[in-house]
Amino acid sequence: MDLQNAWNVALKDLKTYARKPSVVYSTVAMPLIVGVVFPLLVHYYITSSAKGLSAAAAPRLLDSFSIWFIIAAAITPTAIASYSIVGEKLQKSLEPMLATPMSDGDILLGKTISALLLPLVAVYAGSLAFMSLVDYFTHSLLGYYYYPNWHIGAILLAVPFAALLCVQVNVVISSRMTDARSAQQSGVLVMLPFIGVFLASELGLFELNDTNLVILAGALAIISVAMFVVARATFQREEILTRWK
Amino acid sequence: MIDTENLTKKFGNVTVVDSVSLHVDEGEVFGFLGPNGAGKTTTVRMLACLVSKSSGRATIGDYEIATAADQPKIRRMVGLLTENVGLYEELSAYDNLDFYGRFYKLGEQKRKESIEYLLKMLGLWEKKDVVAGTFSKGMKQKLAIARALIHDPKVLFLDEPTANLDPEASKTVRDFILELKKDKRTIFLNTHLLDEAERICDRVAILKTRLISIGSPEELRNSLSGRKVKVQLQRVDDSIVSSVKKLGYQIGEVTGNSIAVNLKDPENENPAILRSIQSAGGNVVFVTEVGSSLEDVYLKLVKGE
Repeated sequence: MDLQNAWNVALKDLKTYARKPSVVYSTVAMPLIVGVVFPLLVHYYITSSAKGLSAAAAPRLLDSFSIWFIIAAAITPTAIASYSIVGEKLQKSLEPMLATPMSDGDILLGKTISALLLPLVAVYAGSLAFMSLVDYFTHSLLGYYYYPNWHIGAILLAVPFAALLCVQVNVVISSRMTDARSAQQSGVLVMLPFIGVFLASELGLFELNDTNLVILAGALAIISVAMFVVARATFQREEILTRWK
Repeated sequence: MIDTENLTKKFGNVTVVDSVSLHVDEGEVFGFLGPNGAGKTTTVRMLACLVSKSSGRATIGDYEIATAADQPKIRRMVGLLTENVGLYEELSAYDNLDFYGRFYKLGEQKRKESIEYLLKMLGLWEKKDVVAGTFSKGMKQKLAIARALIHDPKVLFLDEPTANLDPEASKTVRDFILELKKDKRTIFLNTHLLDEAERICDRVAILKTRLISIGSPEELRNSLSGRKVKVQLQRVDDSIVSSVKKLGYQIGEVTGNSIAVNLKDPENENPAILRSIQSAGGNVVFVTEVGSSLEDVYLKLVKGE
């Protein structure tokens, strides 16, 4: 694989997104909601609720909210990644691109990078806002700054791999689907396992502690690499060019 | 430069290109004519290593299209103007070309020079920073041609380069292709515009899944329809037409006061015809040879299949 070619594809995509505000808005929306709205909810519980939020209960609530950054990482790349290959086909730019000396791996890696960067920046920016606002709102309740801590560290470690898995699954879907809407609708399904893990932990079926989060990050990394191999193997130039209308 | 031998492509049970054998010389402009669905685009896609062949063989220069190791070399060697321009509409003209230039490992300075040269040649330099989405069809087509040429390829595949363009834009593109011809670049031109092929191409092939005919436009015209002479008279009547028919010649058509006669060898046959017409009371005003158009040949070949 040629990293220069891949970066060239990614750079082109990023330039394209920069001219499409709707792509940027849809990507930053969820991380911002998690990063800003959840701390405001915490603030509301502390100041307005009848019973108030106790110092003992606060960490569990905050840890629960912070898991949403993994879910956000698994959702936000969907719009970009699901459009990556099918979008090139729809604007008829895939054929000239495939006519260059680029390999399938270069194209897929470039598409992965471009679909990954903006969501990662948005999720990390959202998590920074989350930590800052939570610390600001809870310092008087807890008597210390809750963030940074190992738990959020483990979550932020899992974030890029959750996003990477989402991107890989969506790139595979994008290279199999023939229209953008179907690709996006199918791509959204990748978040279901993450929601399932979150619900299972909330129901007490298992604990998403620091160790389990690190194990989750490792598992996501391995699955993502496997999905990249699958994406390369299932990327059929000829089929895409001749069967897609 | 381009050689194919029984090149065949099947999609399932359907044969799209059937045993095409041809040779295109270096520096030649070769026209590939055929109706929609004849297999022109598929042939170009095979030659540009975009789709695989089902059987036969083809080489570009010294490289075999089916050999995996040769495919990147062929892609570096050829430029492809696809049927649909496929530009990145959100990017500027300059950025579109710069994007493609990078894949051919052109240095930054070389890319800049190449982009400037091509955009100036095609009259788009002033619009280099304008996004391609705002361009007219003709401008987009020109930009797509520039994209195909960004790495200065030895072989250029042009798939319907003037399709959907207005006459002025078509002329600009045609003139540019003629400029490219001066560079001794090998050009493989897919078109269904016969006038275009006749004006630009050194040789043409007519394809309808199989290769029906191949040669220079002139050779095709002569081989198929022989030659035709138009005799303009002061007045035509049935006895004059009959006198020519009696000599065994086929009358092409009678229009106004002129008779078109199909001949094999006008230089030797004209005197007898003129004597016959004069004997029948006809007064000849002038005699001229009328060439069959490539369109006549094309229609005859394609419909005759």
